[in-house]
Amino acid sequence: MSVRNLTCIGCPLGCPVSVTLDGDRVAEITGYTCPRGKAYAEKEVTAPTRIVTSTVRVVGGSAPVTSVKTASDVPKSLIFEVMAEINRAAAQAPVEIGTVVLENVAGTGVNVVATKAVEVAK
Amino acid sequence: MMYDVIIVGGGVTGAACAWALSRYDVKVLLLEKEEDVCSGTSKANSAIVHGGYDAAHGTLMAKLNVEGSRMMEQLARDLDVPYDRCGSLVVCMAEEDRPRLEALLENGVANGVEGLRIVEREELLAMEPNVTPDAVAALWAPTGAIICPFLLTIAMAENAFVNGVEFAFNTCVTGFERLEKGWKVITDKGDYETSVVINAAGVYAGKLHNMVSEEKVEIVPTRGDYLLLDQQTHGVVTHTVFTLPGAAGKGVLISPTVHGNTIVGPTAIPVEDCEATATTAEGLEQVTEKALRMIPKLPLGQVITSFAGLRAKTPEHDFRIGECAEGFVDCVGMESPGLSAAPAVGRMVAEIVEKKLALTEKTDVVTTRTGSRHPSELSLEERRALVERDPAYGQIICRCEGVTEGEILDAIRRPLGARSLDGIKRRVRTGMGRCQGGFCTPRVMEILARELGVPQSEIRKAGSESKMILGVTKEEAR
Amino acid sequence: MKHVQVLVIGGGPAGLAAALAAREQGVEDILILERDGELGGILNQCIHNGFGLHTFKEELTGPEYAARFVRRVKEAGIPFQLGTMVLEVGEDRHVVATSREYGIQEFTADAVILAMGCRERPRGALNIPGYRPAGVYTAGTAQRLVNMEGFMPGKEVVILGSGDIGLIMARRMTLEGAHVHAVAELMPYSGGLKRNIVQCLDDFGIPLLLSHTVVDVQGKQRVEGVTLARVGADRKPIPGTEIHYDCDTLMLSTGLIPENELSQSAGVALSPVTKGPMVNERLETSVPGVFACGNVLHVHDLVDYVSEEAAMAGAAAARYVLGGKAAEGESIPVAAKGGVRYTVPSAVHGGEGIIPLRMRVGDVYQNKNLCVYADDTLLIKQKKRVLAPGEMETVKLDLSKVTGCRQITVTLEDWA
Repeated sequence: MSVRNLTCIGCPLGCPVSVTLDGDRVAEITGYTCPRGKAYAEKEVTAPTRIVTSTVRVVGGSAPVTSVKTASDVPKSLIFEVMAEINRAAAQAPVEIGTVVLENVAGTGVNVVATKAVEVAK
Repeated sequence: MMYDVIIVGGGVTGAACAWALSRYDVKVLLLEKEEDVCSGTSKANSAIVHGGYDAAHGTLMAKLNVEGSRMMEQLARDLDVPYDRCGSLVVCMAEEDRPRLEALLENGVANGVEGLRIVEREELLAMEPNVTPDAVAALWAPTGAIICPFLLTIAMAENAFVNGVEFAFNTCVTGFERLEKGWKVITDKGDYETSVVINAAGVYAGKLHNMVSEEKVEIVPTRGDYLLLDQQTHGVVTHTVFTLPGAAGKGVLISPTVHGNTIVGPTAIPVEDCEATATTAEGLEQVTEKALRMIPKLPLGQVITSFAGLRAKTPEHDFRIGECAEGFVDCVGMESPGLSAAPAVGRMVAEIVEKKLALTEKTDVVTTRTGSRHPSELSLEERRALVERDPAYGQIICRCEGVTEGEILDAIRRPLGARSLDGIKRRVRTGMGRCQGGFCTPRVMEILARELGVPQSEIRKAGSESKMILGVTKEEAR
Repeated sequence: MKHVQVLVIGGGPAGLAAALAAREQGVEDILILERDGELGGILNQCIHNGFGLHTFKEELTGPEYAARFVRRVKEAGIPFQLGTMVLEVGEDRHVVATSREYGIQEFTADAVILAMGCRERPRGALNIPGYRPAGVYTAGTAQRLVNMEGFMPGKEVVILGSGDIGLIMARRMTLEGAHVHAVAELMPYSGGLKRNIVQCLDDFGIPLLLSHTVVDVQGKQRVEGVTLARVGADRKPIPGTEIHYDCDTLMLSTGLIPENELSQSAGVALSPVTKGPMVNERLETSVPGVFACGNVLHVHDLVDYVSEEAAMAGAAAARYVLGGKAAEGESIPVAAKGGVRYTVPSAVHGGEGIIPLRMRVGDVYQNKNLCVYADDTLLIKQKKRVLAPGEMETVKLDLSKVTGCRQITVTLEDWA
């Protein structure tokens, strides 16, 4: 049995929530004060995910970089793998919002898409 | 390369020597260890021109202070330097201190300062309504003035440059060798030969002096901590208001600046290191405490920056100007009122060199300088015309101070132009306002990089180690 | 001299939403003046997600949120000028602007909407002792350099202030390869959202040091180190608690201040608490025909609320210029008491309609009722488990319920 202590992010209250794990199985959750808190804790312990946002180099653009995001959330444990691929990527101007700059980033099945348009350099 | 004169130091004293010497037919080089003039004591002081009542009668300091103060107004006009003879008040806070106030008056009269008189409480409060009603009286000095110390230094250097003085920056003097005639000046960038050396090295002047003279001098760098308040505080005082040094220790001043801010300070804290310009919490507290005693309503919530400067004090508390060795002219102990005295110091040094080298005056001297044009100081019609001629003056870069791209380009392109963010700031005030460069810093970096033809990663705040950015993102994709 | 019906100063989220609302209300002649080179304001550098949950019911990044409003403004054919900075708002809504492209322009406007946003509190305002080397950045300046220009302001970072921008930048710097040593916060609580503390600090093992401040900055030319110390209840450093970090960057996220130089030139009365204009229920300032919204009015934590507020200001400005009924009756002051620092609006007129009354508290409170009284009559009582200075609170105020009263009071009361 192991215990993970979390802070709930659901609201400013920030309840300290404890999750007791029996192997990979959640045995007990305590400290939450609403159902959202319980659900958050369970997901955070079993399958935490995050949206990763960063920038990607743009070639021939009016700006040196475009901002990007993972089109949906990716496993938290893969954040730095995702970043490593983002850091190596480059997009050719013009870039539109939603332009896929990386497919299946870090094997997550998730694409990295541009969040800002960049025109061709004048 | 053989020079007639090498000036060591590009502070206000060195710049004044260069300015005064540039009137003569003489080959002059100024060496400065930083990337720009006005990088040491001259950039961090009270920004005032003392009337000259404070320096002890009979000292060289008193003589040059009064002379410098008399020269300053015309000089500021000639070189387009913001200057305002707003007058100063030394406020006496306790009846038992009155003899000291009277002694100050006597000393000032003996020094030849014009217009000095003691004003009693009622008149004082009419002149400065925010001074505490506990005040007893004050010494009124109508010749006291405020000035932009950056532009005074820069303008004298620029004018000297236009008149033929050479400048070498990022060049640190490490030693001297006596030649048969004159000196070899050894620097980290190579050696120079000259007939005369002028030691205007500020807090380092003692060190340089001691390299060539048996009679050692000691400089005690004395730190002064200051607070600068937002322009919204403009008018809290309308004269330079000093506290009378008294039982409570050395006084502080509260003064308007020529740019409409309010300056408060300084402390006087002896330090060992000639670069120790770090402020301390205690120092800043000392300043605020003393200032509040005199101006209880001082809006200290409006502080936009604090800083410290070092004064090159000597135990004798006087300027030492003259040859300490054959062909080696000292300007040592140039503490306050060094800024006020600077034009007179320059003139005195030039006279020493003139006699020594039998100099002749040039006939084609450029005696005036036109500073940067500031759209914010123009009428709407003048401003419109300026922007039509040069659209860069329409583009605001620094929002707080209203500085346009045109002014920044001018700061970089004019003679002895800026090479760093601080250099631009001192010339045209980018980042000097209430947000302290939050918005304009990236933009100014971009303009400077473009103008100098270097990548932005090479842009520095001031010195060679002061890089603003330490790398690029997405390096692997570049 | 050009005449415009509604002149909007600022093309950030507030200005865009205000202009759109004015157009929807039937104003043909609108002009947006934006000082930057593109519309969208500060959102362009806020590349993290978390925007738009209220407005668009989906989670967007800052640039995406901005782009939606920019597209709508362009579709509506609302004219705008970029690189154009307003120098002065004078009497009778006479506005002077400067730009490279258009030169010096003068406008008279039937209504002016102030939407200039806010700026960051600089180091100087905090009186942080020490040297003044390169490498001291406000978080927003660093954010622009990293996210829009592709530069790394530093590699070894200490952050002072746990406002949301500071927390967001802790994560951004970490993701871009920097080492963020710690985030220090003067107060015993963070000014940022819980979600940001968890996802920007905890995720990366970055310590949050509450009740700490910077007591020294080392490095004569570039930051070489920063010393933090714990502060007591008086917020003064406690000797002996110093912690030193070798670092090359000190980042500051210690508060935002509405940028009201123009409001002042217009003669608008400012609130000493928010530092923004005092406004009524129409978001109209003390100068008739001059409206304010967004961060220039009071600093928001969610852009969705900025858009909502700005739309109200835009609609009110439209009613003003299209000859709608002026506010009638006495202005009723709204008093903020019992831990509530301020409310926006700070005064209302009775009448029809329901308006959001926004406010912030001055400390962290638990188990309180947020109560609104019209004179002595309790109008609203909301049970709050927690209230924090970093989170804006909103109640819906029915103006018909306050008609004729002398004062509205907003206060916190204990449970039971």
